[in-house]
Amino acid sequence: MQELWVIITKEFKHIFRDVRTLLILFGLPTVQVFLFGYALTNEVRDATIAVWDQSHDVTSAKLVNKLLASDYFKLAGLPQNYDEIKDGFRNGDYMLALVIPANFAEDFNKGQAKVQLLLDASDPNMANILASYTGGIVNNFVVQELGYRPPYQIVSELRMTYNPELKGVFLFVPGVITVILMIISTLLTSIALTREKELGSMEILLVSPLKPAIIIIGKVIPYMLLSFMNALLILTLGLLVFKMPMLGSFLLLLGELLLFILAVLSIGIFISTRTSSQQVAMMVSLFALMMPTILLSGFIFPIDSMPLPLQIISNIIPAKFFIIIIKGIMLQGVGLEALWQPTLVIVGFIVVFTLASVRSFKIRLS
Amino acid sequence: MIEFRHISKSFAGTAAVQDINLSVGEGELFGLIGPDGAGKSTLFRMLVTLLLPDEGEIAFNGRNVVDDYTYVRSHVGYMPGTFALYQDLSVEENLHFFATLFGTSIQDNYHLIEGIYKQLEPFKKRRAGALSGGMKQKLALSCALIHKPLVLVLDEPTTGVDAVSRKEFWEMLQKLREDGLTILVSTAYMDEATLCDRVALIQKGRILRVDTPQGIVARFGKPLYRLSGAGVQRFLPLLRALPQVHSAQPFGDSVHITLGDEEQMDEVVQQLRKAGYKDGLQPVTPGIEDCFIDLMLEANA
Repeated sequence: MQELWVIITKEFKHIFRDVRTLLILFGLPTVQVFLFGYALTNEVRDATIAVWDQSHDVTSAKLVNKLLASDYFKLAGLPQNYDEIKDGFRNGDYMLALVIPANFAEDFNKGQAKVQLLLDASDPNMANILASYTGGIVNNFVVQELGYRPPYQIVSELRMTYNPELKGVFLFVPGVITVILMIISTLLTSIALTREKELGSMEILLVSPLKPAIIIIGKVIPYMLLSFMNALLILTLGLLVFKMPMLGSFLLLLGELLLFILAVLSIGIFISTRTSSQQVAMMVSLFALMMPTILLSGFIFPIDSMPLPLQIISNIIPAKFFIIIIKGIMLQGVGLEALWQPTLVIVGFIVVFTLASVRSFKIRLS
Repeated sequence: MIEFRHISKSFAGTAAVQDINLSVGEGELFGLIGPDGAGKSTLFRMLVTLLLPDEGEIAFNGRNVVDDYTYVRSHVGYMPGTFALYQDLSVEENLHFFATLFGTSIQDNYHLIEGIYKQLEPFKKRRAGALSGGMKQKLALSCALIHKPLVLVLDEPTTGVDAVSRKEFWEMLQKLREDGLTILVSTAYMDEATLCDRVALIQKGRILRVDTPQGIVARFGKPLYRLSGAGVQRFLPLLRALPQVHSAQPFGDSVHITLGDEEQMDEVVQQLRKAGYKDGLQPVTPGIEDCFIDLMLEANA
């Protein structure tokens, strides 16, 4: 037991005496949360819009006002013909243009009004989002003006459950927690053992009565604690700064966090036992893990819309399951009864990689 | 205490050591002397259970080092060739760490390292990475000794250490030997051979000779002479071409030559005079290095 303790304290000293490690551990996650939270969002805010109002009546003015009153749009031009609109798109002055034909108010009262929406679809996702926003606002306007729903019209009433405002950050915070834990934890643990190999101290550790399991556990515990603190830091930022909802059990979330941390640490240790230099270990954990984690975990791209082979591959990405769990707890408020399957998969990862690490830990130099 | 029997080991098809037989008695200070790449570290690593021999077996205090590796690991003090302590831990923390690994404490076994550690104690809060080369070796030795090993295995402990620290280090080893510890030490410095009880000269993975340092020198059978003076090394090609000269080797600023027999000395001096050498040939008593070179040439012939 004393051996274990002395390894744990030694590992903590290594971490806290190395500024670079500390920066990676705590600086990187904070920066990433803010980056993902603020910069990398697909929400629309202040999208540039041009309005060509050929009608110039009260109703058309109301519609334009309603559009501009939302946070979504910012007026960026008042073209007078299609050529001007074309030029505006070409110059990148605005992303969409609303064309209101003449006699808008009259037609509106007859129930035949039309507006045209032109969009710059060089960014198709953005164009789609803008179109649906505008459509929503226009429909709203119609109901408001008429005072009743127009007859003979099938209106699909949408309700965005769990994230009614479609806030991107709700998607990103769980994703960022997952990706950061994945990268930081595997990266740091994977170099923890290879550092000893490179330094030569592994030779002394091996030529001692120490059991391999003690060495591995002694290395895992400090990183487990630090990763857990890290996760709490990101979670706190998510809850306080980005106002993430927390509908489910906080305790369950912490438990699941610990499980996921153990899973990624076991992967890190496994990499560590199979590589002999810090550089190789870093390359493996960065490239072999980071790219698939970001791309295939459902963090950025929805798994359901991937081609079948990628969907199958995504099942070996632990992050995918943790994202399901964390979203389930925070946004849907569900408990273990709904999440036992992904939880089981994560436990499976822990078992497989821990066994593999112990098996491939060499008790001699290769 | 330690027995190497027909040990061979190769890496990726290249033989590192071949058919090594050695035996080291209890309480002996045994030196493994040879140049870099001779196979010294490989031999030691097999002894301390870090590598498996391809052929042969090694007995450590009567136990097989492959089967009984846990016994060896608890009873050997090993100091690897590179400084392998934690540079970011202090002197004291390093020592404490290794003491605890072996289930002991600094207090319990302080008497074992007192002589060495006393010199380090003023710096015990200093990080190991900030120590001088000699200090690092003293710390590494303390860490290897703290668990009271039966055998101390030191892989080139004095490489890269200044002359004064080297001398101090060997004095410490002599003292440990007097206390009854069995010590195996490897070195590429030939002059350190005389400080051992017995030495094995090793080259290209083969043992050239095992004997006491005196015994090795005594078996040097040929007359040995020295040429001295500025720039004598320019005569080396000439000397090596002479049939009477058995071998000619640079030796510091001078040149050592061995002759087939003493009578040929005059002929050699004549040839040298023609080439412009003014002084005579002084007979010298051979050292370990002369012996090593001689044995090496013999083995390569």
